[in-house]
Amino acid sequence: MDRGVSESVSAFLDMGGYAAFVWPSYAITALVLVGMLVASLRWLRSTEAALAALKAERGAKGGAGEAAGEA
Amino acid sequence: MIQRFANPNRFMRLSAAVVPWMAGATVILGAAGLYLGLFQAPADYQQGESVRIMYVHVPAAWMALFCYTSMAAASATALIWKHPLADLAARSTAPIGICFTFLALITGSLWGKPMWGTWWVWDARLTSVLVLFFLYLGYMALVNAFDDPARGAKAAAVLALVGFVNVPIIKFSVDWWNSLHQPASVLKLGGPSIHPSMLAPLLLMALAFTTYYFWVLLVRLRAEILSTKIRAVRLRQVHG
Amino acid sequence: MKRKHKRLTFIVLGMGLLATAAALMLSAFEDNIVFFYSPTEVLDKKLGAERRVRIGGLVEDGSVKKAGIEVTFRVTDLANVIPVTYTGILPDLFREGQGVIAEGRFVNGVFRADEVLAKHDETYMPPEVAEALKKSGRWQETEKTLKRSGQMDRMGTAQ
Repeated sequence: MDRGVSESVSAFLDMGGYAAFVWPSYAITALVLVGMLVASLRWLRSTEAALAALKAERGAKGGAGEAAGEA
Repeated sequence: MIQRFANPNRFMRLSAAVVPWMAGATVILGAAGLYLGLFQAPADYQQGESVRIMYVHVPAAWMALFCYTSMAAASATALIWKHPLADLAARSTAPIGICFTFLALITGSLWGKPMWGTWWVWDARLTSVLVLFFLYLGYMALVNAFDDPARGAKAAAVLALVGFVNVPIIKFSVDWWNSLHQPASVLKLGGPSIHPSMLAPLLLMALAFTTYYFWVLLVRLRAEILSTKIRAVRLRQVHG
Repeated sequence: MKRKHKRLTFIVLGMGLLATAAALMLSAFEDNIVFFYSPTEVLDKKLGAERRVRIGGLVEDGSVKKAGIEVTFRVTDLANVIPVTYTGILPDLFREGQGVIAEGRFVNGVFRADEVLAKHDETYMPPEVAEALKKSGRWQETEKTLKRSGQMDRMGTAQ
């Protein structure tokens, strides 16, 4: 039973002898797409934080009236 | 001024609602596509298991063209109607498109070596996709090359439109000229020449890549709009 | 409103001119864009005598003979045939009835290839389906490959 499973797993990983081509294709696709996504999300977070900091700074300086007018 | 900001504000509300749906769709469609593609789909009668590279290669190549087409359409909109979001949409699409183009080139190379017997040849399809890669690169360089962002956007938009001639060349290169790359299997006259058991994961992955594009595009657009706001606030601080 | 229309016309006209220019250039450089020539084209134009050239077609059924690492086979477009010799490792997809591209030159009427690439068609299916098609007689591999790869229609030999 166990041998059967491990055999079919290793057959799957072997990809009919094309493992060296199939798995790198999937790996690099995952790497690039996840990398792009994470970079974009991080950039959005940092702009959100920067804008919030600016607003807080201005709210402290310029008083409540002006801040309300900007929002 | 009010009108210029009215649209982006509405966009911020709308995109905040859409992003989670795009994220969910990408995860679900991608998981289904991977499951069918890696576990359920059969090996090919000629290419054996190596055919599974198709499930990432072909969607990446489609998206490379789709992103460029979107970028050119957004650039035309920006040039003609001066819509404030159009420039930002084109600018946000470029880095996603270049990722897809890069993936199409790399996975194609990984597929070509065992099947064709070569990593790379200078045939019409491969060469025109490499040109697409450099068009994206040129766009990204140009859009940031000017001190005045509006001038950069305009120059890059013109480049995007000029480069659009390459898109039909890529699509039809395999029909017009003798090439090593085979002609289209899915989008062609007479229906797909690909077995349904292989077409299903291919289309699921293509859908997942499409929702991924919109997901990342919306995230980047939100960041672009917020950056514009930050710049505007800083300017008013300096002058006010 | 008028300026918008002006810009629209300008862009549409510009794209049209650009497309025309691209089409003219591509047709002028066609000889540099094609990746390979069919046996008929090679024989008609007497290519490959002085310069290296790529020939493409199908590996003729029953023509592959291996002697050690030297392989001889014939490339056909169903109208003309070119004998090829090659020494080296063949790609996995190299087989009889399958598309092939060989790069090299003619030496005494025989094409000496120093690179052989396999070209596959755009049909994908499981082995069992291919087997069933062959059994039911609906499979004509050679003809199918030639007809499907519209590239060979250009040669006017497939029909």
